[in-house]
Amino acid sequence: MRMTLKGARVIDPASQLDQHVSVHLQDGHILALGNAPTGFTAERMLDCSGLVIAPGLVDLSCALREPGFGRKGNIASETLAAAAGGTTSLCCPPFTRPALDTPAVAELILDRAREAGHAKVFPLGALSKGLAGEQLSELVSLRDAGCVAFTNGLSQFRNTRVLRRALEYAATFDLTVVFVSQDHDLADGGLAHEGPTAAFLGLPGIPETAETVALARDLLLVEQTGVRAHFSQLTSARGVEMIAQAQARGLPVTADVALYQLILTDEALNSFSGLYHVQPPLRSNADRQALREAVRAGVVQAIASHHQPHEGDVKRAPFGATEPGISSAELFLPLAMTLVQDGLLELPELLKRLSLGPAQAMRLSAGKLGVGEAADLVIFDPQATTLAGEQWFSKGENCPFHGHCLPSTVRYTLVDGHISFQR
Amino acid sequence: MLALSTAQTLQLNDQGQLRHYLSIDGLSRELLTEILDTADSFLEVGARSVKKVPLLRGMTVCNVFFENSTRTRTTFELAAKRLSADVINLDISTSSTSKGESLFDTLRNLEAMAADMFVVRHGDSGAAHFIAEHVCPDVAVINAGDGRHSHPTQGMLDMLTIRRHKGDFSGLSVAIVGDILHSRVARSDMLALRTLGCTDIRVIAPKSLIPVGIEQYGVRVFHDLAAGLKDVDVVIMLRLQKERMQGGLLPSEGEFFRLYGLTQQRLALAKPDALVMHPGPINRGVEIESAVADGAQSVILNQVTYGIAIRMAVLAMAMSGQKTQRQLDQDSEV
Repeated sequence: MRMTLKGARVIDPASQLDQHVSVHLQDGHILALGNAPTGFTAERMLDCSGLVIAPGLVDLSCALREPGFGRKGNIASETLAAAAGGTTSLCCPPFTRPALDTPAVAELILDRAREAGHAKVFPLGALSKGLAGEQLSELVSLRDAGCVAFTNGLSQFRNTRVLRRALEYAATFDLTVVFVSQDHDLADGGLAHEGPTAAFLGLPGIPETAETVALARDLLLVEQTGVRAHFSQLTSARGVEMIAQAQARGLPVTADVALYQLILTDEALNSFSGLYHVQPPLRSNADRQALREAVRAGVVQAIASHHQPHEGDVKRAPFGATEPGISSAELFLPLAMTLVQDGLLELPELLKRLSLGPAQAMRLSAGKLGVGEAADLVIFDPQATTLAGEQWFSKGENCPFHGHCLPSTVRYTLVDGHISFQR
Repeated sequence: MLALSTAQTLQLNDQGQLRHYLSIDGLSRELLTEILDTADSFLEVGARSVKKVPLLRGMTVCNVFFENSTRTRTTFELAAKRLSADVINLDISTSSTSKGESLFDTLRNLEAMAADMFVVRHGDSGAAHFIAEHVCPDVAVINAGDGRHSHPTQGMLDMLTIRRHKGDFSGLSVAIVGDILHSRVARSDMLALRTLGCTDIRVIAPKSLIPVGIEQYGVRVFHDLAAGLKDVDVVIMLRLQKERMQGGLLPSEGEFFRLYGLTQQRLALAKPDALVMHPGPINRGVEIESAVADGAQSVILNQVTYGIAIRMAVLAMAMSGQKTQRQLDQDSEV
């Protein structure tokens, strides 16, 4: 299919392109920018006046819940939700049932994702079997099956020695390890950031040191083993400061934050609403400001949705009895656009944190809008608004942003030149 | 102080009267005073030979306790019966939830049995809020203790005890001693004392038993018992749970008593007429020595008596506020 996208402002952070040009697509790739090559005739012409064309968003953590948690979501529903949020490539975490620790599970996910065709899916494998932290998964076989990186999530390793061995093994094969640094013992039983809000509500606290103590250990092990590392879901000011220090002394680590951490703080908990129950927890306003600043400065290269859909029942309980997580994949772009609205980032910088930055962190070929690249694009109207929840494709009913009017609206999402979503 | 506007709007009806009783937070000084005044009038009922008034006749009060309790449940039961309500006691810790039924479903079932009021104790902070907001907003919900968050009837019975013995809160010095971190009683007492005008509230404990962010309650923190007790008018001792010895919060009961146990010698540092209070059940020899618990300054058993009056007051007020709201809702529909 040959298509021409006309009249839009085209932004490509990789080449620092930001101008009004036509984009010509052929056979799922970007054939040309600007004038059409001689002999090219588009079968379809899309008038994109007033719209922005950018590389499709790359979401480093979007739980698809399949296999194993069909009530919370499935690959078809959650990838469609992601496409509606402007995402064309996503990494799904290994917290499935069974855990993503065998090539068979990876293949199942990839098959169903291809069948659904809403977004490109790049699975993260479980670093240890069953995420139990005892024995390594078959990392190389998982890589060969399509896993782009490995993580144990918030599940702890039996001890630091086993973790060190895992990192050494991963380093041998140049595999990327994704850390969610939170000390299990310091966080154990905790429900909220340890601070005035948790004290007032009587919710057991998770101290900032739960993140920083684990982060210090993990950074030192990364340095020692030389493993390729990405730090995910940072929450604290001290945490991003430690990442910045590590980067400054030459450690090539990358980092992401959950988009909701840039918007919400622990004060959101003060009605005891389980919708705000997330792990690692929402922290203080000072932490949020520091995270935003780290995103602006580029210490944090990627913003991820950390989409965790749940059925309504698991949030219909007192705060402590609810399962953590927010469903927000389909608001990915509009929620992120609030950062532009707030004056934190210029639009091209934001788009970089949402596409090129995360793609580079996981070494994906995505996130670029140049001649010869796959035609993975998001086309959105920066002037329009999205009423959160008006349309809802995710099976996750756990979205605290419902009813909010958010800046911008995704008009088209293209994956390999095919329209995977339009509004 | 955090402004918990939801707690306020949840607890009060459109005329500002109590319709649920979930937390001291969001309640005005006038409303707390009304609770105390109402309780005062009910104390006199308890002294009669016929200890009943017909305020809740025909109403069904469900005591739904997800955590064990003898004193609180019994005093709530007595309070409801003295108001002529029918009372059902449900000890959920041994029934539905062990069969996997959610709190939501359990309460909805009880609501379907036409209960008019729920008295709820639950181990999760915010459980009573959750029920009032999401499960049965039209049934008056009384919080009988939720996690570490709130125990507002205990808070107000403590206030009644202080007011009956000291008259007024301004100018009083009140010390709360022990496990502040895990204590819903301490949180309710601190809020109530402050709302009622007490300006010198002290908490006394080692750092491991004081929550981060305690300053928001406007209290002074002491780690030394002697310094904290100096010239206080009221000493509120908290119960120390035995499981606190695990997890490194404290080395032993013995060392805790040595440092923070209330003895006659230490009580002498307070004002001569200082009150000794304790929410019970007491651990003799752990947080308080018997001579003090049974001594002339102890009002621990008075607290139990006042607890019934406070619970009568809250039950009656919430039921009335709920009825008024229903009437208001009906009128606005017409």
